[in-house]
Amino acid sequence: MVGLHKSDVANPVLRWIDQRLPVITMLQKEYSQFPTPKNFNYLWNFGALAMVNLVIMIVTGIVLAMHYTPHTAMAFDSVERIMRDVNFGWLIRYIHMNGASMFFIVVYIHIFRGLYYGSYKTPRELLWILGVVILLLMMATAFMGYVLPWGQMSFWGATVITNLFSAFPLVGESIVTWLWGGFSVDNATLNRFFSLHYLLPFVIAGVVFLHVVALHITGSNNPLGIDPKGPQDTIPFHPYYTIKDSVGLGVYAMVFAFLVFFFPNYLGHPDNYIPANPLVTPAHIVPEWYFLPFYAILRAVPDKLGGVLLMFGSIAVLFVLPWLDTSPVRSMRFRPLLKPFFFVFMIVCVVLGYAGAMPAEGIWVTISQVGTAYYFLYFLVILPVVGKLERPLPLPESIAAPVLRGGGPVPAGAVAKPMEKA
Amino acid sequence: MRRLVLALALGAGLATGAHAAGPAVPLPQEQWSFSGLFGTFDRAAAQRGLQVYKEVCSVCHGLRQVAYRNLAALGLSEDEVKALAATVQIKDGPNDLGEMFERPGRPSDRFRSPFPNENAARAANNGAYPPDLSVMVKARADGANYLHALLTGYADPPAGMTMMAGMNYNKYFPGHQIAMAAPLPEDRVTYADGTKATTEQMSRDLTTFLAWAAEPELEERRAMGVRIILFLLVLTVMAYMVKRKIWADLKH
Repeated sequence: MVGLHKSDVANPVLRWIDQRLPVITMLQKEYSQFPTPKNFNYLWNFGALAMVNLVIMIVTGIVLAMHYTPHTAMAFDSVERIMRDVNFGWLIRYIHMNGASMFFIVVYIHIFRGLYYGSYKTPRELLWILGVVILLLMMATAFMGYVLPWGQMSFWGATVITNLFSAFPLVGESIVTWLWGGFSVDNATLNRFFSLHYLLPFVIAGVVFLHVVALHITGSNNPLGIDPKGPQDTIPFHPYYTIKDSVGLGVYAMVFAFLVFFFPNYLGHPDNYIPANPLVTPAHIVPEWYFLPFYAILRAVPDKLGGVLLMFGSIAVLFVLPWLDTSPVRSMRFRPLLKPFFFVFMIVCVVLGYAGAMPAEGIWVTISQVGTAYYFLYFLVILPVVGKLERPLPLPESIAAPVLRGGGPVPAGAVAKPMEKA
Repeated sequence: MRRLVLALALGAGLATGAHAAGPAVPLPQEQWSFSGLFGTFDRAAAQRGLQVYKEVCSVCHGLRQVAYRNLAALGLSEDEVKALAATVQIKDGPNDLGEMFERPGRPSDRFRSPFPNENAARAANNGAYPPDLSVMVKARADGANYLHALLTGYADPPAGMTMMAGMNYNKYFPGHQIAMAAPLPEDRVTYADGTKATTEQMSRDLTTFLAWAAEPELEERRAMGVRIILFLLVLTVMAYMVKRKIWADLKH
């Protein structure tokens, strides 16, 4: 296979490039002709949206880093300088700040979509695991980014979260000192968090690339959860899904813009506009909203080490999810027994998030404990057991079948409604 | 189902975010010129607020993120800004002899803080630290309403409550004991425009001024937001129509 790549690009310059580096052929194959199930609903927008969001974060972040000073004495003021003196600095910073929230909104929907339609099942296990790796990296990146403005919540959030590692016996204290680069959260901590906060997004971009490569090997899952049987079940990615993703992108951008321009600080905590002060502890130290469910799990356990292990466990369990779900049926549309358990699981995640924002006392501790119990029960007991017991609804013969059979509009109440709007 | 997923996910984020910032004591909800989606700063009120800050607050509280030149946004002329800046002495240097010196303020200077550092501030204020007010309205939950409630919330302590020495009772301060004495008694300042300087009036004016100081970009931000969201709306509708057209030729 030595020699020039056989290219059918018409433009001579592009063909010259494509013969030597077949990126155009690759793009045509993977993004233009790429056969995609024809029955995606709008929930399949969220992968593309997450990709766009990552790019937005990297671009705004690079600009912010040009003006930001990672020093305990200057970080807070440098952020205010960005807000006041840098041309459109307030816009760039608010996009970056709310972009983090948008990223988690998008990614959480993306994950729940995967859970509902069984996108983690064979042959997409590795695709799912790479996704969980991305989630972990995102969490680390977001956490360190929140520390950079060096407000009260930055400082105390960093203190609380890094201190979690002290729960590990013997090595815990040493780990914490190593993370801090000293004996308290201080300038060394801020500096390394800045460095890592700049590095990790590029690592995320790398894993996203692998995530997409893996996706293009197995092909996308779809709302019916059945494999495409032939060309009648698929359509080329372009123009069908490029335009469908564009519609979703527009809606996403409007939500994003509404936050940035009208409620830029709504999802943040006012205490982070108070400069960090190691001598004054805020009344309630709360993490950003996207960590709240995990924070609730952490605090549900009276034992510190136990809480830390459960919190890490709540993510770790996602890595083995493909092997916990024993049902061969992917889409929950055909899993009547599991479906209610899944909706309860979703509500539990929201309730855990709410409990995480409340003070860890009284009823909220109980609620967190019940929620935590259900969270793990769902993955470790309900999924394996229900998969064995359940009698799934009959699967359609193919993606095209429900339509080909009837020839008319899908009757109301039919199990598969391929073109339902979100 | 899909709607539910979206609503839950969004609801979770928005509800908890709001709750995490919830105030301890319910605050009276005031109507501000800058509240709502399209509010703008009442320039006259903000200028009166500047006067209150200058004559009352600035004795103890800094405003170090705001530069004198920024006041042009409130309608002050260049000469007024220059004159105002020149009323303070700014430490500068070192000069050619290696010595620090004082010079009159310039529009490019930031508001001079009343104390060189936190320790000096505490020493002069009975151990209490008067915080910088630059971003105060953003640094408290429901900041504008909180500030106004605090400034007008002084009262006699309820029967049975023992106050610590030098502390004042305030209905809205966390713990109700605040080191700052009621700062705005009636007619504490004399307004040039003849507005009656009641506690309520001065507090409202000051709150407007500090809301501007905390978010000087607010008006530009909202104006840009309206244009961008309208643009996105048209773009999205057009994308949707194109989508319908492209998908129409697909027999599905």
